[in-house]
Amino acid sequence: MASIPEDAVPVPPVETPPAQTLRRVVYRHTLPLRIMHWINAICLLILLGSGLQIFNAHPALYWGQRSHFTHPWLSLGATQSASGTLHGVTRIGSHRFDTTGVLGVSKVDGQPTVRGFPTWATIPGPQWLAMGRAWHFFFAWIFVINGVCFFLYALWTRHLTRDLVPTRRDWRGIGRSILDHALLKHPHGAEAARYNVLQRIAYLVVIFGCGGGVVLMGLAMSPRMDSVLGWLVDLVGGRQSARSIHFLFAMGFIAFFLIHIFEVIVTGVGNNLRSIITGRYAITETRDETHQ
Amino acid sequence: MKLINKRRRFLRDALALTGAVALGGCDKLSQTDWAPKVLGSATALSHAAQSALSRNAMAREYSEADISPVFRPNGSTDPQSSEYRVLAANGFADYRLGVGGLVAHPLALSLAELRALPNRTQITRHDCVEGWSVIGQWTGVQLSRVLDLAQPTKTARYVVFRCFDAMDDGSEYYESLGFDDAYHPQTLLAWELNGRTLPIPNGAPLRLRVPRQLGYKMAKYLRRIDLVASFKDIEGGAGGYWEDQGYQWYAGI
Repeated sequence: MASIPEDAVPVPPVETPPAQTLRRVVYRHTLPLRIMHWINAICLLILLGSGLQIFNAHPALYWGQRSHFTHPWLSLGATQSASGTLHGVTRIGSHRFDTTGVLGVSKVDGQPTVRGFPTWATIPGPQWLAMGRAWHFFFAWIFVINGVCFFLYALWTRHLTRDLVPTRRDWRGIGRSILDHALLKHPHGAEAARYNVLQRIAYLVVIFGCGGGVVLMGLAMSPRMDSVLGWLVDLVGGRQSARSIHFLFAMGFIAFFLIHIFEVIVTGVGNNLRSIITGRYAITETRDETHQ
Repeated sequence: MKLINKRRRFLRDALALTGAVALGGCDKLSQTDWAPKVLGSATALSHAAQSALSRNAMAREYSEADISPVFRPNGSTDPQSSEYRVLAANGFADYRLGVGGLVAHPLALSLAELRALPNRTQITRHDCVEGWSVIGQWTGVQLSRVLDLAQPTKTARYVVFRCFDAMDDGSEYYESLGFDDAYHPQTLLAWELNGRTLPIPNGAPLRLRVPRQLGYKMAKYLRRIDLVASFKDIEGGAGGYWEDQGYQWYAGI
């Protein structure tokens, strides 16, 4: 929880604060939230790795009901030069990029090999579609169950409405918040204990947009579910569109993850990590602020 | 300060270690006997949930405008066994589909006899386990009609499809369906693709169509159909050639 609960127990400061500052520790994330956060993190890591393994079985994406094999909008492929050297080629629309070493062609046991994503990004590492699917569907269930638990818990405890949905004051301050983020200026004091407006928007978008979307698009790829989800498949333009959007949501998670880790680091990695492991988050206030 | 630094270093190392163990660990776990079984248990859940949600719902049928210019063949595309070559050389005039196992009336049906049964034509999508989709128009007889002729006994639980095409390991392709899929109205034994005699790369003379499952369930080059109580004693025991290689028997997802 971002806001300071009324029952927060002030923990004695671990170190002597400088004269003008006051350091106090608040209980920021409840135990259920911390557990669900880490289950979610493990699920996303495995779903991403196994998803890329599945993608590698046919490393091309299309729009529409079926595959227009000559017109993927994204493909990871390879070309071979006259000397026999393999080059990884990533195509996005009509653009071509040489991505040798990472996409299209990467080393497997020291040998340049034609494969979409490299072994370090896939679960399992070697090409093994059946096993990738086994990992993916097992952790998809845990991801969904965990997500449903989070949603119910967040509704029940009002975490959703109190901590995640931006307040009117938040919306008014959005310009300032964008500027502050760009300048890497972060809130201090009591303001640091609550989620700021960009944080709230990011969490809501990633939970309900990427999270809900990636599950729905996964279901829309299932030939069995398509017998009852035809409307959803048609809504996005077809099964191959659903596969593309599923992939894009996964990329959305990566983008979120990178920004998330960046913000965790620049706003105090130790404090942040402790708060998501033990729940306790330290706030440092200058005396000035406390008198405001 | 020292304590905090130590704690930070510990947290950082713990995080890096967790990441490495997670990724490397997944490979190690994949090689064990037990982990794939645990992971595979999710398929039973998917099967139960999807069956409950979709029951006998029909797969989407498309219009002629949606048909793929080429129905991409996958897996075997030209069986080499002498038995199959001889049948193919004669335009499959001597072909007989055997239906046996746990049935009251074993059958041996020629293509002409199959064609004389009520036909069904459907334009459906074919989803490969690799991720791609093609759309084609299929004509054939509903499997349920053939099963009704053969009359499965009360102990029969699965329909096993044996094929002419030999795989890399020398065994012949096979597949199996439960009765829910076997009796689904869109489950066909098809002899025509896009209004023409089924080409050899797509499974001539007769192949299975199960549009609510992935491509590997739709056995090509059908030799015979057996009704069984269990497929545990057939080949690798997992109910199909790809299932024996670790793919899920339920391929609706």
